[in-house]
Amino acid sequence: MTDRTAKLFLNIANIIMSLLFITPLLWMVVSSFKPETQIFADLSSLKALLPLNFTFDNYIAAFDRIPMMKYLFNSLFYVTVTCISGLVVNSICGYALAKLQFKGREFVLMAVIALMIVPFESILMPMYFIVNSLNWVDTWYALIVPFVANCFSIFMFRQFFMDVPNEILESAAIDGSSPMKTFISIVVPLSGPVFATVFILDYINHWGDFMWPILVTTGEALRNIQLGIQTFFTLPPVYYGQIMATLTFTTVPIIILFLMLQKYYVQGITSAGIKG
Amino acid sequence: MQTAWSADEHKIKQASLGRQKRRESVVGYSFIAPSVILLLVFLVLPFMFAFLFGFTKFNLLRPDKIQFIGLDNYKLLFQDNLFYKSLFNTLYFTVIVVPVQSAVALMLALLVNHQLKLRNVYRIAYFSPVVTSMTVIAILWISLYNPNEGLINSALNFFEIPKQPFLRSSDQAMHSIIFMSVWQAAGYQMMIFLAGLQGISKDIYEASSIDGANRFQQLRFITIPSLYNVTVFVLTITTIQAVKLFVQPYIMTNGGPENTTRTLALLIYQQGFQFRNAGYASAISVIFFLIVVFISFSMKKFFRDR
Repeated sequence: MTDRTAKLFLNIANIIMSLLFITPLLWMVVSSFKPETQIFADLSSLKALLPLNFTFDNYIAAFDRIPMMKYLFNSLFYVTVTCISGLVVNSICGYALAKLQFKGREFVLMAVIALMIVPFESILMPMYFIVNSLNWVDTWYALIVPFVANCFSIFMFRQFFMDVPNEILESAAIDGSSPMKTFISIVVPLSGPVFATVFILDYINHWGDFMWPILVTTGEALRNIQLGIQTFFTLPPVYYGQIMATLTFTTVPIIILFLMLQKYYVQGITSAGIKG
Repeated sequence: MQTAWSADEHKIKQASLGRQKRRESVVGYSFIAPSVILLLVFLVLPFMFAFLFGFTKFNLLRPDKIQFIGLDNYKLLFQDNLFYKSLFNTLYFTVIVVPVQSAVALMLALLVNHQLKLRNVYRIAYFSPVVTSMTVIAILWISLYNPNEGLINSALNFFEIPKQPFLRSSDQAMHSIIFMSVWQAAGYQMMIFLAGLQGISKDIYEASSIDGANRFQQLRFITIPSLYNVTVFVLTITTIQAVKLFVQPYIMTNGGPENTTRTLALLIYQQGFQFRNAGYASAISVIFFLIVVFISFSMKKFFRDR
């Protein structure tokens, strides 16, 4: 095989696979902009993937039936608060585990690594019991506080901070900088990538939250966007166009975030793979 | 005189070093305190409670009426056909999804690991389902799998294949979920394989082609063996991910038809929150946790021994 035929073969294979992978999502987006009857009329041909009779009606109708904007802001609010507080709490913990000397440090590190294996599903009952005992059901606390500290994030930060040269930290200490000040003014500015990585991994993760919000949000007030679209889906009458509109609308914010921080997301996945 | 003075200085130095050490300890503890407290309350404590609750009978909404019943939950569990069915379904999903998804991911990684102009477009295409949330994907695929007017049945019709019931059939429901799950997550593993591929030195390929190795020999004798550690990692995380299967059956089939898609995670949820058997659900959680631990340790051991 020459290089050119090899490339041609690779391109053809890639195009076929890409089409297979992208078709469902493409159909979702295209259908969200089509009149209901058109969706079904086009189903049996390639027209299913072309935006014919472009319209915003599905969006208007769906937003009229359920408070999508409210669900969106609910999700944006609690996921953002969770992830930002997570960055603060987990980064200082990871820093202490990487660079500060204290008794029990190795034990805490081992515990953090060991706890990564505990699946959320296995602590679902007691977690609800605790949150309920704190009277947090149907409050933001239930969605945020239990998920701020995260073993995986602590570990990622710790691995990154291990590579910060000790000389910088020591010379800052000699200049009389307190450890907190050293961390904020010297370490954090050097660590943009790891913050971005942890943030986007955590954000995409919590954006998809489903099982826990079903349990702790009983009313409309705190319902997140995932629960919102699921309830809408079960709400008769079922119109595909409107459903596809809500699905597309739910996916847009996370796609924007992903495209902005794509490099860091991929780094997060792959660094976990190589270091793990 | 001289020695006494330096001994004194030594003492002072030691004292100040000690003070510094103590101060650093205090700072260290205060830095880890927020995480440690949160992890204790929301991870370690519930984890211990799960074991404890396994020996009790109670309704989550009436925790004051908790009753200690010893091993009864476990006795019940080992006689519960639904538990065995859910365990079987969970393992069935895992045993199929893990190798298939990893193989697809490896194939995609090999396809995009070349200097192609559209390389980034392909990568984003493979990766886009990963970023999309599982709720969106599950709802989307219910529509795609629609037995009467779904896109997939229309496509099958084009090839003159009769309409399939997919999620409505007890033979096809689990396989439909498997197919969708592979499509959703293969891009994630592809990224990890891709990082592994880029870690292989170009020199090895050049040397081997001078020795007359063709592309397939290179794949068989250089690429695949070099990816061993990455593959182990991919298999391990995919397995742990797979045994947690919940959102897909919850949204798409609610465990049906005829319990063919009921999984352990779904069973825990239903027992605990729909049937209000928190004790029984906790017993299942304990077994579930032990399965996850068993899988990760045995995979580690299996692959280390080779």
